[in-house]
Amino acid sequence: MTIAQLYIPVAVLFGISIFFALLLPILSKILGPNRPGGRKGEAYESGIVAVGNAQKRLPVKFYRIAILFILFDIDIIFLFPYAIAMKKLGLFGLWSMLIFVVIFVLGDIWVWKRGVLEWE
Amino acid sequence: MGHPIVFLILATVAVFAAIGMLTSRNAVHSALYLVLNFCTVAVFYLVLNAPFISMVQITVYAGAIVVLFLFVIMLLGADQLPKASSNGGLQYILAIFATAGLATALILQLSGFGDGTAKPESALDASPEAIGTLLFQDYVFPFEITSLILLVAMMSLIVFKAQKRKKQDG
Repeated sequence: MTIAQLYIPVAVLFGISIFFALLLPILSKILGPNRPGGRKGEAYESGIVAVGNAQKRLPVKFYRIAILFILFDIDIIFLFPYAIAMKKLGLFGLWSMLIFVVIFVLGDIWVWKRGVLEWE
Repeated sequence: MGHPIVFLILATVAVFAAIGMLTSRNAVHSALYLVLNFCTVAVFYLVLNAPFISMVQITVYAGAIVVLFLFVIMLLGADQLPKASSNGGLQYILAIFATAGLATALILQLSGFGDGTAKPESALDASPEAIGTLLFQDYVFPFEITSLILLVAMMSLIVFKAQKRKKQDG
């Protein structure tokens, strides 16, 4: 079995989800009552009258969290092949992973202590 | 690689997503086109027998990197670009030369694959297990260096924070 054949179930699932994602809105458009106008076109914000533009500038603190997210993402990416090849790698692999994780966690503690995670 | 029809469909989607990214005047739409492009590239990796690289492409590139791009766009409030001002003829001439050079290099490179000597599919084992074995045995030093690079990124966060605190004090 080639790799392309292995992923046929994934492709089928993908196709089904696209089909339903398209089918349901189209069906509700066709079958449901359709009377647009007035207040229905406005954005709903907990009953408060909407003000301003939704796409305004964000504070930089969101960006800091995004960078942290990438760092943890990359950490996980390295843990994954290690977890699969762990038995084969033995003690040497364990040490190399341990050094990596210790440096990473030390960095995390540093970031934490300097208050980067605080949301003011 | 895989099935030629799969390749043709994906290649079309990838090229149109790239064109859409370049021509879209809304930066957020550009980022979404980029996600589509990254996803098609991920499937290319999959049909090239590299499932791990494919998943990395989705989690790191289509996930994290695009999140970063979107935050930068919204941080700067740059989601609506003004009408592009062209540098006139010079820009077009340079673009034509660059494209012609790239196309020549590609054609020269790809024409070598026709003689049956290159077998990219069987050339290497790119399973997660093989990558893990290589990474933690043969390339263990570069791997440890990666953790230091991540540490540098964390330092940038601290510098970010320190600058802001200074501004608040003064």
